[in-house]
Amino acid sequence: MSILIGKGTRVVTQGITGSTGQFHTRACKEYGTEMVAGVTPGKGGADFEGIPIFDTVAEARAKTGCNASVIYVPPPFAADAIMEAADAGVELAICITEGIPILDMVRVRRYLAGRQTRLIGPNCPGVITPGECKIGIMPGYIHKPGRIGVVSRSGTLTYEAVHQLTGLGIGQSTCVGIGGDPVNGTNFIDVLELFNADPDTEGVILIGEIGGSAEEEAADYVRREMKKPVAGFIAGQTAPKGKRMGHAGAIIAGGKGTAADKIEALKAAGVRVAASPADLGTTMRDALAR
Amino acid sequence: MNIHEFQAKEILRRYGVATLRNIVASSPDKAKAATQELGGDGPWVVKAQIHAGGRGKGGGVKLVRSPQEAHEFSEAILGRPLVTHQTGPAGRVVHRVLVEEGCQIDRELYLGMVLDRATSRLTVIASAEGGVEIEEIAEKSPEKIFREPIEPVVGLQPFQARKLASALGLPAASVGKFAKFASALYDAVLATDASLVEINPLVLTKGGDLVALDAKMGFDDNALFRHADIRAMRDPNEEDPREVQAQEFDLSYIGLEGNIGCMVNGAGLAMATMDIIKYAGGSPANFLDVGGGANEEKVAAALRIILADPNVKAVFINIFGGIMRCDVLASGVVAAGKQVKLSVPVIVRMEGTNVDQGKKILADSGLNVISVVDMADGAKKAVAAAKA
Repeated sequence: MSILIGKGTRVVTQGITGSTGQFHTRACKEYGTEMVAGVTPGKGGADFEGIPIFDTVAEARAKTGCNASVIYVPPPFAADAIMEAADAGVELAICITEGIPILDMVRVRRYLAGRQTRLIGPNCPGVITPGECKIGIMPGYIHKPGRIGVVSRSGTLTYEAVHQLTGLGIGQSTCVGIGGDPVNGTNFIDVLELFNADPDTEGVILIGEIGGSAEEEAADYVRREMKKPVAGFIAGQTAPKGKRMGHAGAIIAGGKGTAADKIEALKAAGVRVAASPADLGTTMRDALAR
Repeated sequence: MNIHEFQAKEILRRYGVATLRNIVASSPDKAKAATQELGGDGPWVVKAQIHAGGRGKGGGVKLVRSPQEAHEFSEAILGRPLVTHQTGPAGRVVHRVLVEEGCQIDRELYLGMVLDRATSRLTVIASAEGGVEIEEIAEKSPEKIFREPIEPVVGLQPFQARKLASALGLPAASVGKFAKFASALYDAVLATDASLVEINPLVLTKGGDLVALDAKMGFDDNALFRHADIRAMRDPNEEDPREVQAQEFDLSYIGLEGNIGCMVNGAGLAMATMDIIKYAGGSPANFLDVGGGANEEKVAAALRIILADPNVKAVFINIFGGIMRCDVLASGVVAAGKQVKLSVPVIVRMEGTNVDQGKKILADSGLNVISVVDMADGAKKAVAAAKA
């Protein structure tokens, strides 16, 4: 068991003919993911290394029964691609694209309300259930099947956490990158709920960063509902106020969203917070042993 | 991206937001001429144009009663740094002043629009306490701040504006004007992909009109591709030259005060790298995310920019190669080493795709590069090298 994806997940790549889409579709297929379709408007009827390409997601869904979409479409067209996946009824849309205008995402969020599609991202590495299914750009080989859930706003910092866990012999159930943008489809709480209900997840690592209040809200959920040990880390303890640290979401505005506030909230909720990013794995190990 | 007050007012006017008549001037003579062109008996207001708040308190704004006084004040501030609580001790050099007609102020209010991340909606923020920083009000008396979230399908509705007008205690005759003002502001935000607009103060004049006395706008960097006119408003004088240079190579760079240069892939890992340097007792000189798809040229440019900072005493390169391949990173470091002298120790931590090839390239290069196995070790060695 795992959350969101696993055996039985059938993936369509939106933006399959671009270089990023090609590279990662190939890598996910090699990992063992069932990559069943691709979509590029105007390229319908062609194929990419044996994977059929369609003009629309609706057609891909009808012909292949795909139940998850991964989106590599460039920023100006990515919002449209997400809405197309939702319109086709694809259950899970994972948007990797970085740099989508915020107001586009405000409209997307409204469009998704009341529809069955769950959006992960944008601006995220994707989701992986080690040994079963990889959707996104994370290096597959650092992962190891197991019982720890990982949820993070950051890409490479997630790899760092996973690498440390695997190095300690601790495997992962599912790793979810929720993305670094201020408006995204799935937040920490959504993923924590899924991990909480997943019988095969024993504990969770939560990796947050400065900006917004998603970590504080997650802390509140952990305090009220979480039955499993949680370890955490907040990136950006040294970030100056008012500067956007790479991610559009990572900006401390008006004294809100500081790392110190978030760490305090997590600790108060019983989360073990790693002081150094080098201690992510050992902090999780200690939280499990408690 | 941020712009000047005069640029913000120019944009807002296009969408029907009420502002006072004004003229931008880059010399004392032009400032004097501006008062004459605006006409009337004065007084006029002369305002320094820099990207920072607190200009009034910092001595960058003056009510002038004659064209000659406009000349004198402009002469005193143009070409000199203006220090406010937002500029840091060095201040920002004033290159332009805005000369504006005066108005009869009855009340000063606050009106802003910003994304509320919790609801994923644009939200109007208003307060009767104009002229002070909204953060200050939020802290001291949050009950004085009123919010209206905007439903993206239908936009800002007149009833919402009326609710706000009532909360602000506006006279009946001004409610319609307020609704028109707020609606125009929303139109401007939507049309320009503004990430923030603040009218502080929004003035209720003695005649019952509403007018933007000051205006601040910031824009979503992700949306600049569809706004050539706003991109053209960028003022490099207001930006850290290192950041401007980094933008040319599509690098995400932010200059800081410390002495350990950082080069990392991924924003989260880049922040975590700064944190671990601090944890090890050092201080980062910058935030730098080379991005996922960095090539050799980009890596070399990043290293050159880091080394151009005279404060840098050591460099810590921390790469977790997913999309980014370690051999590409290593080749970039070697290329940079040929272009510029590696005058300080360079500590490299690499993990991920093609890590062995990367390590071999660095080892064979003959460069003074210290390889480390993990983040903690790297941070410790970088801190030690910077202190040596």
